[in-house]
Amino acid sequence: MSIFEYNGSALVAMVGKNCFAIASDRRLGVQLQTIATDFRRIYKIHDKLYIGLSGLATDAQTLYQRLVFRHKLYQLREERDMKPETFASLVSALLYEKRFGPYFCQPVIAGLGDDNKPFICTMDSIGAKELAKDFVVAGTASESLYGACESMYKPDMEPEELFETISQALLASVDRDCLSGWGGHVLLVTPTEVQEKALKGRMD
Amino acid sequence: MECIFGLVGDGFALIAADSSAVHSILVHKSNEDKVLVLDSHKLLGVSGEAGDRVQFIEYIQKNVHLYQFRNGIPLNTAAAANFTRGELATALRKNPYFVNILLAGYDKGIGPSLYYIDYIATLHKIDKGAFGYGSYFSLAMMDRYFRSGMSLEEAIDLVDKCIMEIRSRLFVAPPNFVIKIVDQNGAREYAWRESISSD
Repeated sequence: MSIFEYNGSALVAMVGKNCFAIASDRRLGVQLQTIATDFRRIYKIHDKLYIGLSGLATDAQTLYQRLVFRHKLYQLREERDMKPETFASLVSALLYEKRFGPYFCQPVIAGLGDDNKPFICTMDSIGAKELAKDFVVAGTASESLYGACESMYKPDMEPEELFETISQALLASVDRDCLSGWGGHVLLVTPTEVQEKALKGRMD
Repeated sequence: MECIFGLVGDGFALIAADSSAVHSILVHKSNEDKVLVLDSHKLLGVSGEAGDRVQFIEYIQKNVHLYQFRNGIPLNTAAAANFTRGELATALRKNPYFVNILLAGYDKGIGPSLYYIDYIATLHKIDKGAFGYGSYFSLAMMDRYFRSGMSLEEAIDLVDKCIMEIRSRLFVAPPNFVIKIVDQNGAREYAWRESISSD
């Protein structure tokens, strides 16, 4: 079994009209054993920028701590928050530093840039960026997420519809994956507010 | 084989661990205490490679004490858990320690807490958790009988249920267990559950 599947995870981000949503499952497992059902993989960088780290939980935690550190240094030096594009390049660089002994994480980055243009992006564990206009997925449930998102996604959704779509896509996908699930976290980010909701799904 | 588990109750947290020192098929010792009293209000239950356990735990304990001497205030439980994870994560890609840790503590204003740290340095705050072969049984028992805010008597009853299940269903079950608790009055040994004499 791949080290990326050791803890189990499901991550998805979607773009709507001047908004985006990012969602993850809540399970922390060690292979088939469930350790906790309130785990978080989506981390806040600043009010309009979030990163989800799928894959090995320990590396997600380490990587998050390093990213927060680098972002704080940036804030001190530049006296402003990072743009999502800049942050994606930072993540990419940090991952590629460990080219021959990588962090076993596949990140999903989602943020609102200047004039509140949504930005989403994913990359592999050594930092190869993959930009998308519609949605990005990662984790052990990524295959079923691709299918669900492909059929449910519509361009330019309003926040309410986007929340419904991403939630249904996530819940439908994790039910076909043994290693992720136990409900989900959804973050809905609009230019004026951030809504965080916990989903209940099949809790088994 | 190794069994260690812990849970959080109403105003206290506890850790129970087997006390066997085993090498291959040979039992060297059956009163090896694997739950360390880290400081006045913290317990550290550790399973894993015997040598790593002793070395790593001593390192953590002495550094937690050093912090207290230098700053005049102790680390709270969350800080100690994050420190432990940090050290384990740094070592992970150099020369890893094979140790799984349950860290229980009591903080004023916060109450009791329990942290799960596995050998690859995954940190998570939990209400109930377990490591080792015993986890298959103790986690199942705790999923069935645990509720949040259990009294000490109820919690000890649950621990005894877990131990009974391990003894009756695990082929390589260890004979003796130690139970330690931490509450507002501090961390201390609570009881032993011995089925063979360890003198």
